[in-house]
Amino acid sequence: MLGVGILKGLTETARNFFGSYVNKDRLTTIQFPEERAPRIEASRNFPFLVYDGTDAMQGLRCVSCLICEKECPPKCIFIEKSTDKKPDATGKPQFYPAKFNIDVSVCMSCQICVEVCPFDAIKMDNAFELSATDRFDDLLWDKNRLAKPNEYYREVHPTEAAAVDAELAAARAKAAAPKAPPPPPAQPATPTATPPAKETPAEK
Amino acid sequence: MTTTIPLPPSASLTSTPLPDGGESQLLEVSMGPQHPSTHGVFRMDVALDGEEVVKLKPIFGYLHRNHEKIAENETYLGSMPYTDRLDYFCSLTNNWAYALAVEKLAGIQVPERAEYLRVITAELTRLQNHASLVGFLMQDMGASGTPLMYAFREREKILDLFEALTGARMMCNYMRFGGCRVDLPAGWLEQAKQVVEAFPRFLDEFEQLLTSNEILMARTQGVGVLSKELAVNAGITGPMLRATGVNYDLRKVDKYGIYDRFAFRIPLGDHGDVYDRYMIRLLEMRESVGILQQAMRDLPDGPFTDPKTKVRNFRPKPGEAYGRIEAPKGELGFYLISDGSPNPYRYRVRPPSLINLTILEDMCLGRNVADVVIILGSVDIVMGEVDR
Repeated sequence: MLGVGILKGLTETARNFFGSYVNKDRLTTIQFPEERAPRIEASRNFPFLVYDGTDAMQGLRCVSCLICEKECPPKCIFIEKSTDKKPDATGKPQFYPAKFNIDVSVCMSCQICVEVCPFDAIKMDNAFELSATDRFDDLLWDKNRLAKPNEYYREVHPTEAAAVDAELAAARAKAAAPKAPPPPPAQPATPTATPPAKETPAEK
Repeated sequence: MTTTIPLPPSASLTSTPLPDGGESQLLEVSMGPQHPSTHGVFRMDVALDGEEVVKLKPIFGYLHRNHEKIAENETYLGSMPYTDRLDYFCSLTNNWAYALAVEKLAGIQVPERAEYLRVITAELTRLQNHASLVGFLMQDMGASGTPLMYAFREREKILDLFEALTGARMMCNYMRFGGCRVDLPAGWLEQAKQVVEAFPRFLDEFEQLLTSNEILMARTQGVGVLSKELAVNAGITGPMLRATGVNYDLRKVDKYGIYDRFAFRIPLGDHGDVYDRYMIRLLEMRESVGILQQAMRDLPDGPFTDPKTKVRNFRPKPGEAYGRIEAPKGELGFYLISDGSPNPYRYRVRPPSLINLTILEDMCLGRNVADVVIILGSVDIVMGEVDR
């Protein structure tokens, strides 16, 4: 019979319309600026540089190895390597980026810089309200704008940051360990106790 | 065999003689590139005799961004995020096709868990692509909003899953050579199971809303008929081909990945018209739900990526490979030639949307302008993939 299909469709629309008053599944709109959807932990948009400690420029993990610059698919990272070495967060002298710029108008948020970084120095941010008034200078982020503390990283990606922290701590313990065992070869029990003690001052 | 004559030059078109002895005048209309029904920047030069289409010339290239040439100057991994931008509705299947081609080229084995993860993400992609396609088709038909918004509501749930897993809703960049980038986060599988369990209810509602609707049937049945022979000769693949009744699905033909482990059927059409194409998509979604349930049930533990594959300095030995998968739109293939350097010597994409678009004129001749819009809508094109 002509019209039955249309009536069936209209019941469906009515079910959705009235259902939206009782069923949360059918009411999906979020009134954005006032109301916000819970953040999804894995989400990413632009990279930032992680630093340890309190001084951003002093604590940058980046040692300016230029791998991310080379691997970046749209080539939006510009690094200028320093000529001198500065002690990093662990006190070891390292090269540092004299300049580290990311053109976020070119960046396509692919996360490949994060994947190739051997020092866990660059990570993905998930801040999304980034409008700017100047499309050239405001979108070319320098290292002062890119640097964010490790605490921030823990806040935006808790699971991932915990894994990275554990890995770094293990690597530092391992780096500290070879120095400790050779001097006392007679005592096999003590080296396991010494590295954590040595590591804590280094982290501060 | 029914084949139509290729594009006649505009001058040779003759108009219908009118009863009073005069001749009707042909009218050439340019639809697009900013026409809302063209699904992106796509233009059609349509010659009309009255309301009837006598010539249709598709013009594309507005979104060309040199994808293949860029990829030839990029490392193998560096092209992976660019493949997301081909068919931006289904970035995960694009990733898979490219990863499959590189794995063939370099002889990389994929661990079992990664295969399952690929099937799960690809079938979720198929669900959201087909759902939103049907929504857009209804939008083209004049059902402004309602079916599209219902489809987008479901798509949103799947995109949330993608974001939780890959970090991005559309530009997922998830597959890697020899596996996937990350493993499932905690609680993801349970959430995905809920979404998949709830999906058939949405399909039932969608069908209740649309399938037996008289207006829909009047607008789509017998419109844009594509014959079996022409579809095969023109190299049409995907739901477009199966709507004509040709049983050809790469998931069954190639059995790439682990598709031989799942029980699923291939829905086939009868008439090859717009209504069949609409129905094929709905039925395929039901089959995809079945595949997803089986894959989520059987998902094994283990590594999610091949640890031997290098991320940096990846150089496959010289050779060539063609990897193809059944993307939601049809056969998506990547053809690669390696000369042993870190970037491919030749990189070629076989985009299903572009090839499915080539027979647009044959389907549209003799129909009127309003039909052209829905015929184009039923082809399921994404201009990012057509123009590359």
